[in-house]
Amino acid sequence: MKFVDEYRSAESIQKFCRAMSEIITRPWIIMEICGGQTHSIMKHGIQELLPPEVTLLHGPGCPVCVTPMEQIDHAIHIAGQPNVIFCSFGDMLRVPGSEKDLFSVKAAGGDVRIVLSPMEVIQIAKEFPEKEVVFFAIGFETTAPANAMVIFQARQENLKNLSFLVSQVIVPPAMRTILASPENRVQGFLAAGHVCTIMGTQEYEPLACEFNIPIVVTGFEPLDIVQGIYMCVRQLEEGRAEVENQYSRSVKKEGNLSARRVIEEVFQIVPRKWRGVGEIPQSGLGLRSSYSMFDASKRFPRETKNCEADSPCISGEVLMGIKKPTECPAFGVSCTPDSPLGATMVSSEGACAAYFHYKKVNL
Amino acid sequence: MSGESNGGFSCPLPFHENSVVTLAHGGGGNLTRQLIEKIFKPAFNNPDLETEHDSAIIQVTAGRLAFTTDSYVVQPLIFPGGDIGSLAVNGTVNDLAMSGARPLYLSVGFILEEGLPMETLWTVVQSMKRSAISAEVKIITGDTKVVDKGKGDGIFINTSGVGVIEPGVKIHPRQVQPGDAVLLSGDIARHGMAIMSARKDSGFQNQIESDCASVSGEVRNLLDVEVHCLRDLTRGGLATALIEIARSAEVSIDIEESEIPVCEDVKGACEILGFDPLYVANEGRFIALVHPKDEDRALHIMKKTGNDARIIGRVKESPEKRVTLKTRAGSIRMLSLLSGEQLPRIC
Repeated sequence: MKFVDEYRSAESIQKFCRAMSEIITRPWIIMEICGGQTHSIMKHGIQELLPPEVTLLHGPGCPVCVTPMEQIDHAIHIAGQPNVIFCSFGDMLRVPGSEKDLFSVKAAGGDVRIVLSPMEVIQIAKEFPEKEVVFFAIGFETTAPANAMVIFQARQENLKNLSFLVSQVIVPPAMRTILASPENRVQGFLAAGHVCTIMGTQEYEPLACEFNIPIVVTGFEPLDIVQGIYMCVRQLEEGRAEVENQYSRSVKKEGNLSARRVIEEVFQIVPRKWRGVGEIPQSGLGLRSSYSMFDASKRFPRETKNCEADSPCISGEVLMGIKKPTECPAFGVSCTPDSPLGATMVSSEGACAAYFHYKKVNL
Repeated sequence: MSGESNGGFSCPLPFHENSVVTLAHGGGGNLTRQLIEKIFKPAFNNPDLETEHDSAIIQVTAGRLAFTTDSYVVQPLIFPGGDIGSLAVNGTVNDLAMSGARPLYLSVGFILEEGLPMETLWTVVQSMKRSAISAEVKIITGDTKVVDKGKGDGIFINTSGVGVIEPGVKIHPRQVQPGDAVLLSGDIARHGMAIMSARKDSGFQNQIESDCASVSGEVRNLLDVEVHCLRDLTRGGLATALIEIARSAEVSIDIEESEIPVCEDVKGACEILGFDPLYVANEGRFIALVHPKDEDRALHIMKKTGNDARIIGRVKESPEKRVTLKTRAGSIRMLSLLSGEQLPRIC
């Protein structure tokens, strides 16, 4: 398939791995931020192709993994209401809340629907005017424009029976938290190509400068990732700390201005709690007051309880790159995709699920 | 679609009275009889079809019988490349074929939802008729129940089937030996992606056609060579079938990603949704594990269907019972069972 096969060619990938071996002189620890990249690394077995000096850590860029348990519980609360059609991206349905998940609400008779695109909820709201339609608007900067567009359109069309449970997060503040942690081991970052397609690359410049760390904006195919790692290693070996763009076929420095405009129109920066990590200042997107009538958390209020469960799950440390999934005592024992303890074992983009599913042959 | 699949004939029931299925159609009275006489009997007409008695009676020959059952639920009921009717016939026929049997007879149980358009039932039944003729099986007994509106999904179908296994045919995972070639009968993941793309909310413009078909004829030709095991690639797809065989046969299997054909439209749809085609359902594809001396002959036979059959890997002796995939990128990874269905990714 065009634009895919050429980025999975063993020959091209090996060329970059060989080039990396030639320039590398010492061990380096690099974190890929995005869960999509983690999935690709595990699926295509990229780690085993890299020089042994390169260690990859897997970052917090999985929207399902970082949505706080309180929000999942709130979603479950709303979805269980008798007159509600609750719409969500598929992966969210399996994420455990403090007592159950959205699939079990569906099994108990709740009208919980998986949508492929947030735009579907407009149609559903029009089709069922007597019902309250609620969309679980989660994700990073990648889902933010489409989610914002739907909210914008809901206001344009004056849809009274549609609301949004918003738990949007943004990447750069999480990178800052990782870098500022005394436990930080990350020496170079692969930034998420799709996030930068929307937002551009400028907001990464201060991070690279302040923390003296190379940041390479990277795509998702095996060749993209290997090339991104190569560029990062080259910077590290040469003592540079710059923002470079491997994913230039998609990412422009200024990003996608139309998408940024609609995000700006609907959302404002808010503090946000990340599951397993805690609250990160200025790391979320919340509805602006001009859109507050679409806020499902106000339409279906629920007392917020702090419900980080007492569990052996170390997903917070995994998300921060402090530990690998296999260092968790519960990994593959009491925590599996069939009965996950933490969200990183649920989503296909979660590091634990990726490790479990794409077990290396020598495990 | 429906006009074409009806072969130019329309539903013979008087529509002004019976445009939809009602609870009375399952009540055992006049309307049930009308349904049988006007819709089922003409479609499944054969000397062994028993509509006057509680059971069909079939002559048993010496030897071994294969017996299987499966239930079919799918939305939409009619999709590019097939419908729930062709699925229900071919699915059970293929299950029989996978044990090396020649499929002979099917039973059909319908659970219809009140309000189902009679035209839809007619289309599905006509499709079953054509599939049965093409797979050379007879539908000889059946049952219909109607459930209240909202308690079904249009149509549920159960089919059971029996077939004969010729003397000397031994198809079973336990027959698998190290060195056996793994042959795949064609490109994968069509059915699952056809269903996904046929749903009205998918937004896909390209129409992916299901691979729904009987493989019974192809399998019968294959029995001339030393086939050790056959498995159709339905729910869970190619990866699940390979893992199940490796576990039952207590061997390991190595396969090559670059040898597994996936058509461009299917590949594109999988990429968009974040699905792995190795785990997507098929309804007309199977794998054959064949003694290496016969692998070229087997491939030659399988290629005759024009579905791009390939040798995709090999069985090796190993107590670990695992399936490993050599990726296009040149790495090797293990295939494992999924926890549930694949869900579309978020971004």
